[in-house]
Amino acid sequence: MNHLPQAWGRPRDDIYGAYNHAHLAPSHPTTHTQSPIVTGTSVIALKFRGGVVIAADNLASYGSLALHRREAAEKFNDKAVLGFGGDVSDMQYLDRYLNALAIRENYSSGSGAGEKASSTSTDASEEERAESLDNEGAGTGMAANNLHKYLQKLLYRRRSDFNPLWNHILIAGLSSPPPNAPDASPQPFLKSVDLLGTAFGAPSLATGFGAHLAQPILRRVVPDEEAVKKIDEATAVEAIRECMKVLWYRDARSLDRYSLAVVTKEGVRLSEDERVEGQSWEFAEGIRGYGTQVV
Amino acid sequence: MPGFDFSNHNRNAALHAQGVPLPKATSTGTTIVGCLYDGGVVIAADTRATSGPIVADKNCEKLHYISPQIWCAGAGTAADTEFTTALISSNLELHALSTGRAPRVVTCMTLLKQHLFRYQGHIGAYLVVAGVDPTGAHLFTVHAHGSTDKLPYVTMGSGSLAAMSVFETSWKRSLSRDDAVKLCADAIQAGIFNDLGSGSNVDVAKTTLMRNYITPNVREKKQRNYRFERGTTAVLAEKVIKREEISKYVTVHELGEEGVAGAAEKMDVDP
Amino acid sequence: MAAIFTGAPPNSGPGYSFTQTPAPTSASEPRQHAFYPYTDNGGSTLGISSSTFTILAGDTRSTSGYNINTRYAPKLFHIDSADPSSRLVLSVVGFAADGEALAERLDTVVKMYRYQHGKTISVGAAAQRLSHVLYGKRFFPYYVHAILGGLDEEGKGALYSYDPVGSYEREQCRAAGAAASLIMPFLDNQVNYKNQYMAGSGVGHELQQRDPRPLERKEVEELVRDAFTSAVERHIEVGDGLQMMVITKEGVEEVYRELKKD
Repeated sequence: MNHLPQAWGRPRDDIYGAYNHAHLAPSHPTTHTQSPIVTGTSVIALKFRGGVVIAADNLASYGSLALHRREAAEKFNDKAVLGFGGDVSDMQYLDRYLNALAIRENYSSGSGAGEKASSTSTDASEEERAESLDNEGAGTGMAANNLHKYLQKLLYRRRSDFNPLWNHILIAGLSSPPPNAPDASPQPFLKSVDLLGTAFGAPSLATGFGAHLAQPILRRVVPDEEAVKKIDEATAVEAIRECMKVLWYRDARSLDRYSLAVVTKEGVRLSEDERVEGQSWEFAEGIRGYGTQVV
Repeated sequence: MPGFDFSNHNRNAALHAQGVPLPKATSTGTTIVGCLYDGGVVIAADTRATSGPIVADKNCEKLHYISPQIWCAGAGTAADTEFTTALISSNLELHALSTGRAPRVVTCMTLLKQHLFRYQGHIGAYLVVAGVDPTGAHLFTVHAHGSTDKLPYVTMGSGSLAAMSVFETSWKRSLSRDDAVKLCADAIQAGIFNDLGSGSNVDVAKTTLMRNYITPNVREKKQRNYRFERGTTAVLAEKVIKREEISKYVTVHELGEEGVAGAAEKMDVDP
Repeated sequence: MAAIFTGAPPNSGPGYSFTQTPAPTSASEPRQHAFYPYTDNGGSTLGISSSTFTILAGDTRSTSGYNINTRYAPKLFHIDSADPSSRLVLSVVGFAADGEALAERLDTVVKMYRYQHGKTISVGAAAQRLSHVLYGKRFFPYYVHAILGGLDEEGKGALYSYDPVGSYEREQCRAAGAAASLIMPFLDNQVNYKNQYMAGSGVGHELQQRDPRPLERKEVEELVRDAFTSAVERHIEVGDGLQMMVITKEGVEEVYRELKKD
């Protein structure tokens, strides 16, 4: 050993030539997601007495190019629905990841759900089985609040590794009763988590452009938790449909087709081909030009 | 020489290149709206002025007088909206005197867009122009770069999307005047409660200004009394200047004298 | 307190000093837009300790940019609330995800202490552990300004405030977060009687400072409320709700009051 600690543990320069430091640190930058590529836009959701309604339009954008239809809302089980904004590839990764989680959950929760699942064809693919498990898993598995906490930890960990999942996710559904009151009836649950792991809940939530355009409308319907107890499912669904219409009017990255899901104690009703209805373009009548034009 | 003085431009550009930030201007991070109704037009604004995250003025006036029948709501840099509207107001008055006719809203809009286009967006004024003239009621928006738009309902400023959500859900054709005032006030309140750049009260203008039309943010009474006992603040040195002495430099009037205004505006102090 | 962290987190750009400004990067060289793992969720917190109690308070607004995320996101966390003799409350303001992670870390630390030693941790020990937890992430800090409140071994109110990397100090009062620069001078004047002299106690420099005294609970609650209603008036990121936790020898009492929502 010589007096240069930098040289310790390295091949001797006078015999092997100068050490090539390029082997130690690659010169190219890390290839984690540094910005989203194919993106989805707004997801909006609203709590009502006994449940939650959530909606997202079916457009995936590649910059300003409208790409294709996408699955924006994802049923996790009978108690939880997810709505994804942000990068579509990261959403599909999470979808796969959560499917595997749902399978594990259903096998380990063991209150009959697993048995039903095993009765399906033995050579069915894992995803097909997951599908049937989702539908049969009522009364078992993670409630919406458990799923939210899980995703919050997952996204916070990924951001701390500088390898974020570029999504803003809304988790809507029913919560499990608190440990000190196990017999309490499940309450409506709505919280969000973003790519930094920031999580918050509110009577109404919206991601992306919806945070600017839809949230003010929804807050007029349910300003606080007290108001949640006063509105029913029909009113809530109507408010959400109204918001999807306004987003179609004013969000340039939106589509007039959307998915809408309602979670109540009866389960999840997910419809993936809703349309914006009752549009009005009355304001355009009589407009001529942008200034002095009159014809 | 009339117009702006650019003599500091090169020095400031050099400072900016060295990394010295530009001074913070008071901006009216704002919600302003306008709406046409049968036979007239209404504009409205919130009353919060901000400097970064700090509220610079809780009850500022963002509706600017142009002519007796034309008013203008301003968003963006506070000074730019004030000076631009004052300048165009003067020019329009001169134009009206020279032609002997009531000024038209399109004339006002054209003067504004030509002035703003000349300055290529460096004058940060975003305006809603509204008024009534012999050709009818008109409503325009003018952006800082000089583009304009003509629509039956418009919103601008940081709360424009919140306000637009109200128009897109509640606007109907052929509104009455009271409906239009209510709609504009609701749109402003959507901005006040959902946009941090907007706050405090609602101002409305039809052809007359209805200052503080709605005040939904009155501060509650303070819990404690913060009046200090006389003598609490240390006096380190004292010098009394007598009236005879100061009279050498300025004219002195006794308060309450004929023709001398008292305190200009009463300050809000604890009892 | 470490001076560099007393105000807003040090994310501001160049200051007015010419020698310290970064060299401008030439427009031709490629620039990488990297992922930035922090955000500021706004809001403010404050704590005041007295002879028999400590009060912590925070507004409940969560912001991003000019948007309100939610009107109710608590910044106060009762640490190890499962233990009936727990008298620890942590308040965090800054980046909310880090704040929540920090509160959960401290909660675990305090629980582990109880399981291993069979007794509740003292506030002094908890305060030092929190400092170590923060310094443990010295080069990827929790982007929060934390204030820890409790009661010391003598039953006196204890209050510790932290910078994001673990420098800490026991104080009578401290305001943190977005409106800290608005609230702190008010507390200096009203809690420690700074810049208040006793009328008629002398002339010029001979005038006597008004001596601070332990405040009553009612007085402190009123001061807290006035501090927040004033901050709401002048700071756009503060508002919606006021969450207060009062720590006495009887326990931890939570109070919620509405604030203006504009």
